[in-house]
Amino acid sequence: MNDTLSGLRDKSAIVGIGETEYSKESGRTELSLACEAIKKAADDAGIAIDDIDGLVRFDLDAVDEVALTSHLGLKNLRWMSHTGYGGTGGNAVIVHAAAAIAAGLASTVVCYRALNGRSGHRYGQAAPPTHVGGVEAFHMPWGMMTPAQIWGQFARRHMIEYGTTTEQFGAVAVALRRHGSLNPRAMMRKPITLEDHRNSRVIADPLRLLDCCIESDGGCAVIVTRADRAGDLRHPAVLVSGAAQGSGTKAAGIIFRENLAEAESVHTARDVYRSAGLGPKDIDVLMVYDHFTPFIIFSLEAYGFCPPGEGGPFVEDGRIECDGELPVNTHGGNHSEAYIHGLPHVIESVRQLRGTSTAQVPHAEVILSCSSVAQLSAAIIMRKA
Amino acid sequence: MIHGAPLPSPDHDTKPFWDGCREGKFLIPRCRICGTARWPPGPMCPVCRSDETRWALATGSGQLYSWVIVHHPANAEMAESVPYAVGLIALAEGIRVVGNVHGCQPEELVDGLRVELFFEEAADGFRLPNFRRAGD
Repeated sequence: MNDTLSGLRDKSAIVGIGETEYSKESGRTELSLACEAIKKAADDAGIAIDDIDGLVRFDLDAVDEVALTSHLGLKNLRWMSHTGYGGTGGNAVIVHAAAAIAAGLASTVVCYRALNGRSGHRYGQAAPPTHVGGVEAFHMPWGMMTPAQIWGQFARRHMIEYGTTTEQFGAVAVALRRHGSLNPRAMMRKPITLEDHRNSRVIADPLRLLDCCIESDGGCAVIVTRADRAGDLRHPAVLVSGAAQGSGTKAAGIIFRENLAEAESVHTARDVYRSAGLGPKDIDVLMVYDHFTPFIIFSLEAYGFCPPGEGGPFVEDGRIECDGELPVNTHGGNHSEAYIHGLPHVIESVRQLRGTSTAQVPHAEVILSCSSVAQLSAAIIMRKA
Repeated sequence: MIHGAPLPSPDHDTKPFWDGCREGKFLIPRCRICGTARWPPGPMCPVCRSDETRWALATGSGQLYSWVIVHHPANAEMAESVPYAVGLIALAEGIRVVGNVHGCQPEELVDGLRVELFFEEAADGFRLPNFRRAGD
């Protein structure tokens, strides 16, 4: 079983990153955003678009491989994959790319995400559909409809079980905004205080506005290639040392799971560390899918940075800020930079390991990026080549 | 029912539940082989993988497990409904279901609050199971 999990260790490397401008209204199609981001990622790597022979798409993405072969002129694809489940995708796309490269199915894979998440369909709003089926029929008729209304249930239960406070959610918001304030790409750059957080309007109590991620338009892309060819490219390579996806064992939908105070990503945490042969003590910088501030607290617990229930105290006193004990989301995350479904967290990891972050952590060598505390999750560990 | 929220669209796996609601019964799918209650309703027992289901009548007593108080409406139609509470109710039968807790103010909600089942009339002939504070 150990061999199974370590099979892609250091076999692939991230060599190119590309991003469009992040905005409230791109005024462009998602296809246009995807094409720009992929072209920039290829340019950043120093490869030609024609070198790309693999592609991983978020299954929520409006831009598919047919559109990209037509309009970006991708013509050498020999392997394609989709990955699902919203916030899992930001890291899952890299897991898929690393697996394909280790298996020899492709040698240079592009992973991308493009969305008009503010000017187009907004996840934070729910049109009133007349009827809903599937699991939605068992929560939406009572008015549990948006992510904040669903994920707030988890935050409440963590508060009940462990005494976690909204002030601690505020400490996360302050840290993320501080990182955003240093990042010229970030949509939200005005620093905030705990008092600003406390005074922000209630969305779904216990969640306030400053606990929520933003909604954004933009695109980003990452190029992953074989580790043995990564050394010849434009920038220092970032090795994919560990990669894992996982499901919770007792989940049924998002909200009908056994323990709302625990992230189901505990299984993915175990596997990603085994995959890389590393543990929480080896991690210099952490990237977490921050759809809402409490889930940085949940992930600190799930990924072994503190025992269950101690994530609240962990985030106090600047401990997760860029000059703290464990810097988290040094780009500002979904909360302050942009919400492009977690792929910018991978891009920021690359910047940290190249030494070019706007909140650079000295001596950053190993980074864990993890996504989603929901039923399905994914995580990767990256390190300097 | 919260104005502006959608109605259910029953399918083969869930129709017995919604039919039960029309008769004022909250029916829980239980595995006919191992007895495990499951939620939401689905085609197979996730414990023993039997597809034989017995629909068992719930007592209707439960306890509040978690909740949010919605202040920001999900759409314009719901603006008149906020603030409202929506949460998860642990039923005596061992499953957790979604409901609004009627009969108390949002600030009175506490972990373990005892609640009891009632049915609300909804559009299109649906009846929606919901909960109110027990024993008042």
